[in-house]
Amino acid sequence: MTDTAKVQRERPLSPHLQVWRWHITMATSILHRATGVALYVGALIAAAWAVALAEGPDAYATFKLAMGSPLGKLVMFGLTLSFFYHLANGIRHLVWDSGHGLDVKSANASAVLVFAFTAAATIAVWAIAAMTGAI
Amino acid sequence: MASYRTPLSRARGLGSAKHGVTHWISERVGAIALVPLTLWAAFGVLRLAAGDYGFAVAWIREPLNATLMVLTLAISFWHMHAGLRVVVEDYVDQTLNRSVLLLINLFVCGLAGALAVFSILKVALGGA
Repeated sequence: MTDTAKVQRERPLSPHLQVWRWHITMATSILHRATGVALYVGALIAAAWAVALAEGPDAYATFKLAMGSPLGKLVMFGLTLSFFYHLANGIRHLVWDSGHGLDVKSANASAVLVFAFTAAATIAVWAIAAMTGAI
Repeated sequence: MASYRTPLSRARGLGSAKHGVTHWISERVGAIALVPLTLWAAFGVLRLAAGDYGFAVAWIREPLNATLMVLTLAISFWHMHAGLRVVVEDYVDQTLNRSVLLLINLFVCGLAGALAVFSILKVALGGA
């Protein structure tokens, strides 16, 4: 009985992360999930913004103070990165759903494109924010 | 796209797929709608961050802004619910835990989404 239980415990799990050489398409896959969860928090912040606006000037001022703090800005920067990443990679997924770009070479190339777009768009938005007095 | 299915398998698939594929397609339609909507919202956040309370109220009272904001929020919360649902289904295999987490996900998205949409409508219709 004990032996059987022991043998069953030690049965190997299906091959997972540790048997694969890390590659860029794996990174884009898990990052899509991670940024999706981050944007979940971001949407809750957006809901808090809407509620604060409906509450009135005092609640809105408190909300803006919190988001304008160093921690608030850090959160907004993370959300900007997450947003542009999830947007670009989401479009990549939609292209795949249409049956295009599924070969290894195209998938690697589009992954690089997604990272490049994320970096460029985030820098552009924060540059505009700095110029328009949004930060 | 190269087809890996035989004509017979494809014909058989047409039978049961009529209903089940609706969910998959609706997820994609929501995602496609969010591409222009969230880009517009990001532009909106930039303007709102630079403005004060009075600017935000005036901005939301524009019918186009109120409509697009309600659509962005509603479709986002629906998309989030579908997304986190898949994450829970993938990583939580205990039936009770899974059911509880799926319910929390649904209720959080439903409540936050309803609060957000109601708040926008209140301001847009002159309640602020």
